[in-house]
Amino acid sequence: MKFAAKKLASLALTMLIVTAMTFLAFSLISGDPASTMLGTNAAPEQVEALRDELGLNKPVHQRYFEWIKGFFTGDLGNSYKYRNQSVTSLIAPRLGVTLELSALSFVLIILISLPLGVIAAGAKSRFYSVFRSALNRLCMAVPSFFIGLLVTWIFGITLKWFSHGAFVPWSVSPAASLLYLFYPAVCIAVPRIAMTVNMLSSTVEAELKKDYARTVRSRGAGSSRLLFVHILKNSLTPIVTFLGQTAAEIIAASVVIEQVFVVPGLGRFLVSSISYRDYPVVEAIVVLLALWVVLASTAADLINFGVDPRLRRGAKG
Amino acid sequence: MKRKAFAMLLSFLVLAAMLASCAGPKGGADEIVFGIAQDLDDDLDPHKMISAGTKEIMFNVFEGLLKPTTEGELVPAVCESYSVSEDRLSYTFILREGVKFHNGAEVKSDDVVYSILRCRDEGLVPAFAIISGVEKKDDKTVVIALSEPSVEFATYLTAAIIPADYEMQSTQPVGTGPFKFVSRVAQDNIVLERFDDYWGEKAGVAKVTLKIIENADSLVLSLQSGSVDIASHLTAQQVAQLGDGFRAETDTMKLVQALYLNNAVKPFDDIRVRRALSYAIDKHEIIDVVFGGYGSPIGSSMYPAFAKYYVPELTDYYMHDVEKAKSLLSEAGYPNGFSMTITVPSNYQPHIDTATVIVNQLKAVGVTAEIKLVEWASWLEDVYGNRDFESTVVGFDAAQMTARALLERFTSTHKRNFINYSSETYDALFAKAMITYDDAEQTEIYKQMERELTENAANVYIQDLADLVALRKGLTGVRFYPIDVIDLSGLHFES
Amino acid sequence: MKRNKTLIAGTILFSVLLAAIVVSWLWTPYDPEAFAGSSLEPPSASHIFGTDNFGRDIFSRVMKGAGTTLTVGLMTVSVGAVVGVSAGALTAYYGGALDELLMRLNDAITAFPSILLALVIISVLGPEKTSNLVISLGIAFIPSFARVSRTAFSREKTQNYVISARLMGAGDVRILAVHILPNTLQVLLPAVTIGFNNAVLAEASMSYLGIGVSPVDPSLGFMLKASQSYLFTAPWYAVFTGLAIVLMVFSVGLIGDGIKKSGRSE
Repeated sequence: MKFAAKKLASLALTMLIVTAMTFLAFSLISGDPASTMLGTNAAPEQVEALRDELGLNKPVHQRYFEWIKGFFTGDLGNSYKYRNQSVTSLIAPRLGVTLELSALSFVLIILISLPLGVIAAGAKSRFYSVFRSALNRLCMAVPSFFIGLLVTWIFGITLKWFSHGAFVPWSVSPAASLLYLFYPAVCIAVPRIAMTVNMLSSTVEAELKKDYARTVRSRGAGSSRLLFVHILKNSLTPIVTFLGQTAAEIIAASVVIEQVFVVPGLGRFLVSSISYRDYPVVEAIVVLLALWVVLASTAADLINFGVDPRLRRGAKG
Repeated sequence: MKRKAFAMLLSFLVLAAMLASCAGPKGGADEIVFGIAQDLDDDLDPHKMISAGTKEIMFNVFEGLLKPTTEGELVPAVCESYSVSEDRLSYTFILREGVKFHNGAEVKSDDVVYSILRCRDEGLVPAFAIISGVEKKDDKTVVIALSEPSVEFATYLTAAIIPADYEMQSTQPVGTGPFKFVSRVAQDNIVLERFDDYWGEKAGVAKVTLKIIENADSLVLSLQSGSVDIASHLTAQQVAQLGDGFRAETDTMKLVQALYLNNAVKPFDDIRVRRALSYAIDKHEIIDVVFGGYGSPIGSSMYPAFAKYYVPELTDYYMHDVEKAKSLLSEAGYPNGFSMTITVPSNYQPHIDTATVIVNQLKAVGVTAEIKLVEWASWLEDVYGNRDFESTVVGFDAAQMTARALLERFTSTHKRNFINYSSETYDALFAKAMITYDDAEQTEIYKQMERELTENAANVYIQDLADLVALRKGLTGVRFYPIDVIDLSGLHFES
Repeated sequence: MKRNKTLIAGTILFSVLLAAIVVSWLWTPYDPEAFAGSSLEPPSASHIFGTDNFGRDIFSRVMKGAGTTLTVGLMTVSVGAVVGVSAGALTAYYGGALDELLMRLNDAITAFPSILLALVIISVLGPEKTSNLVISLGIAFIPSFARVSRTAFSREKTQNYVISARLMGAGDVRILAVHILPNTLQVLLPAVTIGFNNAVLAEASMSYLGIGVSPVDPSLGFMLKASQSYLFTAPWYAVFTGLAIVLMVFSVGLIGDGIKKSGRSE
């Protein structure tokens, strides 16, 4: 319990730093929300009036404290760019889309890399191991937007398996929604599958060299199932930690991929909100993304703490 | 064990791919999806909307007393006819019978009075400040009185007529146009439907979904893959990507694209240097290399679509001439050239490509130019707001259908004179134009101002960019206007 | 000890690339900025990788661009490694409140979107210099190095050799840099190669997003972004640029794998 409380406290501290960093970023970045909204044909007086209306003439720290106060009363303010819409109403549907995309990517990563990693570790053929490490490296080496382009070219335009840009929200049809997001999810998953397989196979290989594995193996092929279970159990801690990290990275990868596949998610919204200097929206998205990252690693820690008795003993000291 | 896992994995992938292959439902023949790069993000209230991207789409939802035609003339829309008094101080409008708002109510004089006064009183249309009174004569007659005559007044009468005391314009706009607003999902889509009670020619399709795709390359992919039927503001290169299945129609962007020079900083404070650059830069090569030959070369702050004010002979005032450029540079004290920075907003590829060719052309006269890419927001603050730049490649558009919208910005005291152009002759000409009430005479003065800009080489003028519209084969009915609007009402599928 | 084929393969591939970069400082077939041919020429004897939309020789540009990308990638990862390892070493060695604070700051940087981070740095320092781009990208790489080195250093600091070095009167800095650091390289070097991988990809992504965070000289990432507009009309542009990126990241990755393997067999 003490462990969980400590985790929670450091989580809160991290989030506080993140929100402060965001406000600091606003005051450092050049570009002004009012003049960006009004464009080149507006008179300076109009810009100034809009700055006043948006409260941009108040000092940064005052705006920060007001924002914190609003945050705890559940009021994130209105978007600058979408004049009469609250940040919450704009972000809620996008959060859903990004969660859907991320969950799909994560499921793909686990479904594909867990068996592949274990197989890879057990493989004896030299050719296979060379091929695997080359393929692995290749998957990691291609920029994600380019994978997106290739996937669109092959599956969207040549094979016509999906229609690029025709995203369907979950609320309209969950099946159609998942089918569209399958392709961007693959693009997010590919390099991470490569990394996970790499990580898994080296962990499992190390485990195979241990005494207990040799004993089990000496009993013959029939016990391979037993081996699988044993090894997975023993290498669980690093795997969970790694997957926690991967879950955190997925959300960052979605920023680019959502752009390529025209998915109305948080990442794409973040990019356009930054370019319009729509600060209330940026602040809210940054908080959500940061929370995701922090929660993913905290969750990994907590799971490890729960399943690994060694860690629990260590934490008491 | 190994094989089993592999087989499972394989069948999973095949299954997923098979499932995915039946995706992609598309609308019927009476619906189209129009891809646009800019979100309709601001206020949807026609008097309060700011961004050009919103205005060009909402053109289909709203109409004023008058509306522009494809030829650039103003014709009656909500009104049937109007007359102007001898002294030009009183405009009388007879409203058209049977014009209805999208909410079903008929347009009455009260709505017109409300709309005009709202624009004036809330400062939404600054030009309406000269209106001294708006009077309802009867249900179908309205008289607008002015405190002083104005040549341009009629151009502002395109301001939308909206129902009196309707409070929801910002989110659920109601107008009289051929399309009615249905819904908007921020950064995803806007849906418009045909207004069946429209007084004029009914729209060709029942439903238009405007799909927002900010990334130009993604927009091309969506067109190719079939989820988008039509898109405008494309470049020749993007259209070339599309291949068969599409055809393109060509218009211009109605932009003055130029290498804008900060006239206040060295070495651009020297007219000889500015002229040298004008000789060094070959706009025809830019149009050929970057834009596949599409684009209208220009020589001053006016584009050909504004036929009334356009002065064709200024286009090649500075014919490409490397030797002349070099000798002018020597004369100015830069026999070995100099170094300069071209600041370019990173969000618009055609400007970046144009700057790339300029860098190359300047090399030939010994000038070393470097491109500095900045975000649009930074450009607005640093270059446009603080005038902290040497040169920049951008395009300016006209907010209204008057030459003033393009030319006033270079008067020396204008707050948006970001190039710090300063010419007493120019200022005097503009002051004269403002008190000239004869249209032909005023036009002549504006043309004189354009000549001034060219002769003083205020900027290196390049072109009005080509604006290509790509349509899926079978779709037709695009209409082009001299101002920046997208008219959806003519679009239809050939049977 | 058997020969480390992965390391050899990686080194050979990387040498090819490095040779091309070194040659490009002295000579390229064409001036990479000159409009040497007509627009979008397919590969031929005179332009072996074809030409881009301006008619520039893609082969010459790939040679030059590879240099920019390699520099940006290496410098970025160096910023991350130097700052990250120092921070990790200090917090591991001294612990306490400093540890807690630096690690929370570390978490915050991890959780902060890297585009916003890069944009802030570029806004403050200005986009004119490649070094500013390196700093703006590099900051995002600090946390991972800090975390890895913190674990490694805290494991090492209780080892006997450290205790004996301290007894012999070695200073803290000396112990960290001379005694502990070499023993953590086994863990740090693979992190460097993964970091390089991600740095090159990050630069490409920033170029793709087009927010003004890209090098002054053309890099492979910037070229790849530009090439996507011609994916269908001139696929060679994207293919050769993409291959160059893959070759670079791939060879460095192999070297990393090789180092890891050689460490394991020792």
